[in-house]
Amino acid sequence: MSLVGTIERINGSLVVARFEKEPKIGDLVEVGDLRLMGEIVRLSEKTAYIQCYETTSGLRPGEPVLDTGKPLVAELGPGLMGTIVDGVERSEVKLWEIAGPFVTRGIHIPPLDREKRWSFEPKAKPGDRVVEGDIIGVVQETPYFQHRILVPLGVRGVIESVERGDFTVEETVATLRTPWGERRELRMMQTWPVRRPRPYKERLPLEKPLITGQRVIDTFFPVAKGGAACIPGGFGTGKTVMLQQISKWADADVIVLIGCGERGNEMADVVTHFPELTDPRTGRRLIERTVIIANVSNMPVSAREASIYMGVTLAEYYRDQGYDVAVMADSTSRWAEALRDLSGRLEEIPAERGFPAYLADRIAEIYERAGRVITLGSGKRVGSVTILGAVSPPGGDFSEPVTTHTLRFVGAFWALDTELAFRRHFPAINWLRSFTRYLDVASRWWSQYERDWERLRERALGLLEEASEIEETARIIGEKALPDEQRLVLLIAEMIREGFLVQNAFHEVDTYCEAEKQARMLRALMEFYDRVEPLVRKGIPIERIRELPIIPELMRLKERRGLDPIEEVLREMEKQVRKLEEEYEEVCR
Amino acid sequence: MTVEEAGLIYRTTKEIRGPILFVEGVKDVAYDEVVRVTTPTGYEAIGSVLDVSKDWALVQVFGDTSGLDLDVSIRFTGETLKIPVSDELIGRIFSGSFEPLDGMPRPLSTDERDIHGGVINPAARDVPSEFIQTGISAIDGMNSLVRGQKLPIFSESGLPHNRLAAQIARQATIPGREEEFAIVFAAMGIKHEEAEFFREEFEKTGALSKSVMILNLADDPPIERLVTPRIAQTIAEYLAFDLDMHVLVILTDMTNYAEALRSISIAREEIPTRKGYPGYLYSDLATIYERAGRIKGKKGSITLMPILTMPGGDITHPVPDLTGYITEGQLILQRDLYLRGIYPPMNVLPSLSRLMKDGIGEGKTRKDHADVSNQLYMAYAEGIRARGLVRIVGVVGLSERERRYLEFADEFERRFVNQGYYENRSIEETLDIAWDLLAMLPEEDLIRVREAYIKEFHPKYRGKRVE
Ligand SMILES: Nc1ncnc2c1ncn2[C@@H]1O[C@H](COP(=O)(O)OP(=O)(O)O)[C@@H](O)[C@H]1O
Ligand SMILES: [Mg+2]
Repeated sequence: MSLVGTIERINGSLVVARFEKEPKIGDLVEVGDLRLMGEIVRLSEKTAYIQCYETTSGLRPGEPVLDTGKPLVAELGPGLMGTIVDGVERSEVKLWEIAGPFVTRGIHIPPLDREKRWSFEPKAKPGDRVVEGDIIGVVQETPYFQHRILVPLGVRGVIESVERGDFTVEETVATLRTPWGERRELRMMQTWPVRRPRPYKERLPLEKPLITGQRVIDTFFPVAKGGAACIPGGFGTGKTVMLQQISKWADADVIVLIGCGERGNEMADVVTHFPELTDPRTGRRLIERTVIIANVSNMPVSAREASIYMGVTLAEYYRDQGYDVAVMADSTSRWAEALRDLSGRLEEIPAERGFPAYLADRIAEIYERAGRVITLGSGKRVGSVTILGAVSPPGGDFSEPVTTHTLRFVGAFWALDTELAFRRHFPAINWLRSFTRYLDVASRWWSQYERDWERLRERALGLLEEASEIEETARIIGEKALPDEQRLVLLIAEMIREGFLVQNAFHEVDTYCEAEKQARMLRALMEFYDRVEPLVRKGIPIERIRELPIIPELMRLKERRGLDPIEEVLREMEKQVRKLEEEYEEVCR
Repeated sequence: MTVEEAGLIYRTTKEIRGPILFVEGVKDVAYDEVVRVTTPTGYEAIGSVLDVSKDWALVQVFGDTSGLDLDVSIRFTGETLKIPVSDELIGRIFSGSFEPLDGMPRPLSTDERDIHGGVINPAARDVPSEFIQTGISAIDGMNSLVRGQKLPIFSESGLPHNRLAAQIARQATIPGREEEFAIVFAAMGIKHEEAEFFREEFEKTGALSKSVMILNLADDPPIERLVTPRIAQTIAEYLAFDLDMHVLVILTDMTNYAEALRSISIAREEIPTRKGYPGYLYSDLATIYERAGRIKGKKGSITLMPILTMPGGDITHPVPDLTGYITEGQLILQRDLYLRGIYPPMNVLPSLSRLMKDGIGEGKTRKDHADVSNQLYMAYAEGIRARGLVRIVGVVGLSERERRYLEFADEFERRFVNQGYYENRSIEETLDIAWDLLAMLPEEDLIRVREAYIKEFHPKYRGKRVE
């Protein structure tokens, strides 16, 4: 039944095999006596070029290749929340149990647990007319996450029976009769080819920002739910920590965290520390809404390529259930390098830096899968996928192909800055080089906390910009030679930087900053500026302003829990400034 | 059955291009299989299969290929490259391709391990979190090393990276525990005297008896360097995960390793990415570096310290760049500090330890450690900025504040970074020096230190004299 071919050549992860009959491109194959997993990436009549997801060491020409006739699919259903899987969705905990701590080749385990029973609660009843995407029942997969079981794509009809109780993902939970009179059994598990975007009814305009609890993002460079952002930066500038922070604190319903070709210890860190965290909004354990895909740097390059598509496909599936999903891809550069590696082995003509000419298209295809949509199904269920990608430019140089192409397809750009990282100004997001196209969306949302949000933000950014210009001058003539008004701008900019932008991911309070607190903190800093600026203009020396004991207090607001300290500090500020004013007037008299 | 009878020896080399042989008419050869290459004059070298089809194979030779001609005989061994492991490896010295250099016999063991090792399943990894005290302030205070971390030294030729590595190997301990590290040392293309320096150092401290040295020196075959670090890591894995030892692996110089990889790539006419290095340099380095770490349920650990020289002192060069993308931080040595007589000449600003956070703090080092380190970074960066200004506006052009930070930077380099080759500071001492320095700054400036820690550790509140 299934086609069998013979290996003709092995060149690293690329295996060339000849079949008696033409197989299909995109088919999943089992390569060699070890039955290694691979995928047909190019066909030339009966010769198939296969990218192998496992190390090919020891394979010989002449060994068989078995065509499964199916593409690489994601298994969709309950069982993934809180788990860690590899780039082709195998549970790494299971692999460890079966094969020990070192990854072993040729192990075939189904992604979703076939034995585990889930408590299925029906939402449809016999006689209901259902279409693809409708919810037939729910499973409380974790205390955090309710898994909604959908009518698979291409299926519709009238429900004949539904079950209630504990079932495995393969057992029938409902049956329906199609308009053509066929009887269909519905199960909790479905599959979907990872390289094909899942369909939806309608794309919607973006409406809300993804609130991450990270001030520089939420306040200055927000990303919308359903939007896309990238975070490029040289090594050590803070890509991974930022994506982990967002995974922890973002107000999404589901997080898909893809470690693509990066460090094993970072994955261990997530697996170890995430279970300790609770959601500030729901009080539930954050790991229960998180799926981790770990494909580390020393695993075969080809599996990196698959891991990104796997992650996005899972995200779309949760979106189709009506959830806001955020996908973190760390790092998309490793994925692009996998493309380059394969392209080189296929002897394709390279474009820039050895990358294939279709690199930009592939990047676009991935970010295109972000969006806010009305899902399939009879109702008006809305869900979104937000995609956040780390980019690791060689030499930290943003003019390289992956960064430049990515920039074209994302709405927010968080440019990391080596100089900031060196002084441990984290997050090291450069406020002059970063941008967001989601400002309108964000403004509307923020107005609930701060009527003047947009102006406040603009003023603060404006001050930072002005400060950097003044610094240019100061570099030539020295700060001392500057007029006091300008030195005040430098002082305020420093307060914004250190007191607002710097946010230590490992500080017990400041790791997460709620939106309202962000708005109030920024307002407090700007009020301080508004209060002292006239004094400086009147002639009070900048040194006297600098000495105000309230300054460190304002800069430490981020460490204080809640909003009350902000009001106290503002009252104290007023006192101190008034005192200074009075002293000055005394002197003048 | 002899090898000849098995038909596994071929004399059908059709082309030699640098270290690569193109062999025709082969049958049943496996990808990555080891070959033994023998010349008519009796020179022998090992190699491995890089690319194979039904009737030809591309072989890379790890030995000296300069005198090879098409007459070589190639024996395909049917195996991937393995080395025998046992506790008898400890204390021994081998060549870069595992030939004994110490006059002792070849090690024997029925336990043979593939030098490529396996990939540690990320789910089976344990988070490295035990602070290693190296006794060096710039490391312990600001870039703390933990057991199971991979932390490279980025250096330049002529800088004392060897001394620093030797000092770390000599002083590294887990405070409060007397466990010592076993050392696996691998040299790739370094000079005789450098290798000798390490051997003598290990001998002096008694570390030699619990170390394994794998030496490929400057005049050894360059392509051999491709296997040297893998042999080292294979031994380290055995010591750590079979014999429960804590292993410190030193690999030097990884730039020479990368050059060997580049020459294979050039011989294969692959499309280069930057500076002639192949696109897979990142993944290739990862297969060496990622073998460090800890595994749940295993006592031992592999802590990895690769050393590499940055060509032209350029940190954006592909070798340091890609290394930094894989390792858990980097320690950077810098020439201008060296010229000013500072040892170790470590520039802490671009240096980083990513695993520091899990290794420090209350119960591990001291609760103020993270904040103090953070504040030192900020203050030193300010000072360096002021130093840059002095060149243009002179000291007189600086504000009072800038002058204070300038002075801080000088003192920081002189008292904190700078120390003796035999000076072994406890973490308490390191943090106390840090506080003495921070006391040079106005207390309001110490914004990155929690107020409670200022009250507890600032010399002013500890009844110490403040300058
Ligand atoms: N928000 C942050 N707060 C505190 N430290 C940070 C933060 N972001 C980054 N860091 C520090 O910088 C190091 C490198 O960050 P990481 O995200 O791993 O960089 P990248 O992924 O860009 O290489 C971390 O190990 C941590 O010490
Ligand atoms: Mg990272």
